[in-house]
Amino acid sequence: MGIQGKLPVLVLFLPPALLLFTLFVILPMGEAAWYSFYDWNGYGLPEKFVGFRNFELLWRTSAFTTALGNNFLIILVSIVIQLPLALWLATMVSNRIPGAVVFRLIFFMPYVLADVAAGLIWRFVYDGDYGLFAAIASMFNVASPYVLADRHLAIYAVLAVIVWKYFGFHMMLFIAGLQNIDKSYYEAAEIDGASRWQRFRSITLPLLAPTIRLSVFFSVVGSLQLFDMIMPLTGGGPSNSTQTMVTFLYTYGITRMKVGFGSAIGVVLFIICVTLAFGYRRIFMRND
Amino acid sequence: MTDRTLAPTAPTTLGATPTKPARRASAFSSHRMSFVTWLYLYVSLFFVAAIVLLPLLTTALGGFKTLGDLRVHPFGLPGEWQWSNYTDILLSARYWQMLGNSFLIATLTVALTLAVAAMAAFTFAHVTFFGSSFLLNYFLIGLMFPVATAILPLFIRIRDLGLLDTYWGVVLPQVAFGLGMSILLFRRFFQNVPKELFDAAFVDGCGYLGYFWHITLPLSRPILATVGIVSFVGSWNSYLLPLILLNSDSKYPWPLGIMVYQGEYSSDWQLILAFITLTILPTIIVFFAAQKHIVAGLTAGAVKG
Repeated sequence: MGIQGKLPVLVLFLPPALLLFTLFVILPMGEAAWYSFYDWNGYGLPEKFVGFRNFELLWRTSAFTTALGNNFLIILVSIVIQLPLALWLATMVSNRIPGAVVFRLIFFMPYVLADVAAGLIWRFVYDGDYGLFAAIASMFNVASPYVLADRHLAIYAVLAVIVWKYFGFHMMLFIAGLQNIDKSYYEAAEIDGASRWQRFRSITLPLLAPTIRLSVFFSVVGSLQLFDMIMPLTGGGPSNSTQTMVTFLYTYGITRMKVGFGSAIGVVLFIICVTLAFGYRRIFMRND
Repeated sequence: MTDRTLAPTAPTTLGATPTKPARRASAFSSHRMSFVTWLYLYVSLFFVAAIVLLPLLTTALGGFKTLGDLRVHPFGLPGEWQWSNYTDILLSARYWQMLGNSFLIATLTVALTLAVAAMAAFTFAHVTFFGSSFLLNYFLIGLMFPVATAILPLFIRIRDLGLLDTYWGVVLPQVAFGLGMSILLFRRFFQNVPKELFDAAFVDGCGYLGYFWHITLPLSRPILATVGIVSFVGSWNSYLLPLILLNSDSKYPWPLGIMVYQGEYSSDWQLILAFITLTILPTIIVFFAAQKHIVAGLTAGAVKG
C-alpha cells in the first residue's frame, strides 16, 4: 500500500525544490569556483585562463585585507560588547517586572528594520551639519565631527550601529535560553544564601552555554555577510576603511563587472564560511 | 509619526500581562526587590531604551521640520509642523510603487517558499527512499554560505535565463537560498506529528498526497506562519539581490528606492527623514500588531536552524 503511494510523492514533491536549489545555489557556487581562474567580463565564454592570479591579486589588494580585518573586528565587538550587553538586558527583562514586555519589544525593534533604513537613520545621526552629533557638538561648543568621513573613526561608528541594530535579537535568544532554566536551581541557591552575582555565575552562565555559543555563531555568520548597512552609511569608504568582504566584492567585482576577480572573492568567502561553520560546530557545538 | 504608533501600543502590550495577576504577584513576593535594585533596573532599562528610540524619534520628527529648523534643533519638536513633507510623499506614485514592488516580491517569495519547501520536507519526513539523507544534506549545504559568495555567477545565470530586471529574477534566487532553512524547520515539525494519525489515514485509504493535503497542512499552521514570517521579513528588507538583478526604477523595492531617493535629495535631510519614516512605518505597524508571532518566528527560525 505504502509503496504505490510513494512514487507520485517523489516525482511531484522533490523536483521543484531540487531544481531551484541546484539552479540558483549549487551551480552558481560551482561556477564561481570555475570562473575564479579566469579573467572574464561576463560576455561570451570565459577563455582567458589566468590560474591563481585573481587570488594573488586579491591578497595584494590592501582594501581586501582591510575588509577581512573589519569582518573579524565586527565578530570581536559582537562577542566582547554586544553579547554581554544582550545577556545583561535579558537577565533584567526576563523577570516578570512591570513593563518587561514593552522593553523587550523596544529592544527587539531595530532588528526588524531593514539594514538599509537603519544605515540611513544613523547616517543622519552622525551627520556633522544636521545630525544629532552636530547638535551635541554645538551644545558643548566644539567643532562638529564628521565621523563617517574620518578614516580612523568611521569603522567604530559602523560598529556602534551594528550593536544598536542586533543586540535585541541576541537578547531574545538569551531570554529564550533563560526561560528553559529550571527555577528551582535559583530557589535552592537563594536558600543557601548565594548572592545575585554568585547565582549568575554558577547557575545562569553554565546553563546558558549552548545559547551563548549559538549567539556567537550568529554573530560570525552575520559579520561575514554584512553589506546592506554599510552601503547607506559609508559605502565602504572613506578610502576603503569600512569595507567588509561583501562590500569589497560589490565594489571591486560587481560594479566593475570583473567576473573572475569577483568570483575569487566569493570563493574565499565561501571557504571562510565553510571552515568556520564546520570548525565551530565540531569544537563548540558538539553536545548541543 | 513613529512616536504615535509607539504610544498607543505600549498600554495594550502592558495590558496583555495583567491577565495573570496571580502568577505575577507570586513572582513578586518571592523576589522582593530592594529599592536600590529597582532603581538600578529601571534606570538601565530606560537608558538603553532611550538609545534605541532616540534615532527613530528624531527621524520621525525631523520629517516634520524645515531644513533650517532641522539644522538648529535636530532634537525636540518642530517649530512649525511641515505636514507637506509627509503628504507630498504619501501622494506621490513613487512611494506606493516601491511598497507595491516590495509587497509583490515578498508575497511571491513566501508563497513559493511555503509550497516548495513544505513538499520537499514532507517527502523527507514521511517517505523512506534511497538517498534520502544524502539529498537532505545536499539542501543543508545552502545554510553554510551567504548569497553573496555566488552573486556574480548568479547574475550571469539570471541574465542568460532572460530574467534580469524581472520580479521572478529576484524571487527565484531568494526562494532557493531560503530552502535549506525552511526545509529543516518544516521537516522537524512534520516528524512530530503523531505516527498514529499517519497509520489511521492509510487504513482509511488515504494516500501520501491526500495525507499531505488533508492532515499535514491543516496541522501545520504554526510552522507555516513561522517560515512565512521569516521569508517575508527577509524579502521585504532584502537589498543585495534586487540591487544586482533589477535595473529599472519602476521595479525597485523600497530599500533600493530609498537609496535612490537619498541620492536625489542628498542634502534635503528633512525629506529623506520623512521618506525613511514612511517606508519603515509598515514594518513598525505590523511588528506591533503581530509582535508575538514575529518575535517567536524570527527567533525560532534562528534557534532551530
